Amino acid sequence: MTDEEIRRRQRSRAIAMAVLLVLFVLLVYAITIAKMGLYSS
Amino acid sequence: MTTTTTLERTAPIADWRDFLALTKPRVMTLVVFTGLCGLLVAPVSLPPALAFTAILCIALGAGAAAALNMWYEADLDALMKRTRSRPLPAGRMDRQSALHFGVGLGCFSVLLMGLATNWFAAAILAVSILFYVLVYTIWLKRRTPQNIVIGGAAGAFPPLIGWAAATGDVATLPLLLFALIFLWTPPHFWALSLFVRSDYAAAGVPMLPVVAGARATRIQILLYTLPMAAAAIAPWPLGLAGALYGVAASALSLLFVLLALPVLANKAAEPAGMKPEKRLFAYSVLYLFAIFGALVVDRLLG
Repeated sequence: MTDEEIRRRQRSRAIAMAVLLVLFVLLVYAITIAKMGLYSS
Repeated sequence: MTTTTTLERTAPIADWRDFLALTKPRVMTLVVFTGLCGLLVAPVSLPPALAFTAILCIALGAGAAAALNMWYEADLDALMKRTRSRPLPAGRMDRQSALHFGVGLGCFSVLLMGLATNWFAAAILAVSILFYVLVYTIWLKRRTPQNIVIGGAAGAFPPLIGWAAATGDVATLPLLLFALIFLWTPPHFWALSLFVRSDYAAAGVPMLPVVAGARATRIQILLYTLPMAAAAIAPWPLGLAGALYGVAASALSLLFVLLALPVLANKAAEPAGMKPEKRLFAYSVLYLFAIFGALVVDRLLG
């Protein structure tokens, strides 16, 4: 595996992880709102 | 002065697609669908965000179990045509990455399920992951032809988890759905293992056709189909589902039995002559989707 290929894979994994983290933050926000709705009703 | 950076590595760097492949996405679709149906037929409805999270956790838990299965079975997968292009046997990923990914994903799915819905559902999810990895993959698969019978319980948990996520407990209906998948698994996998027998034999996996022969396997397929049909139809006479489901389940199960009969009559020993087995295998996937779909439609219309 060439250095370029290693760099490319590391970069694609980093981007995938960043996307997943953003989605996780949005999910936790949605869960919080839904839980607040459950407890207030 | 110029410096040359050389990335010396002994382990391959896996692409994100390899991690996705580790979760067996195709198997996950059935797990997600049955889990979703368990959640939808429950008498309590969750807010959409929590319902989505519950299904996501079931999917992630199944992915974790699949990753740990591939971590443990890398040597077997390398011996079978069907599995040798997976990330580990193909050399695109090191075993430690697969182990860390599986354990991390499993813990994450259980914790998220507990925090978003309830800890009872999280506990069943944890049991299902551990059952698949410890009982099926590590303990039974290489030791007994009953591997798929007992190990089939792992795949039967999703509707139970979906129901528990919504209600916080279990009841007769999700237990019947558990029994249905539990009894469906042997005919489904034995039909497959009949026409990929040489693969299992080459890897030394004691699947029923390898150990007991094709004839005994064909008899067992029919024998398991009968209680499976009973479990599928049972919610109707027990008053847990309506006539729409009852008629659909009866017709679908009758067709399953009718497709199992040519399998019993088939004498072929080579995959080329195993059209009835291939047909039964393909129908068995459709059957489970249709049965669970009918239950949800029945519940929504009833």
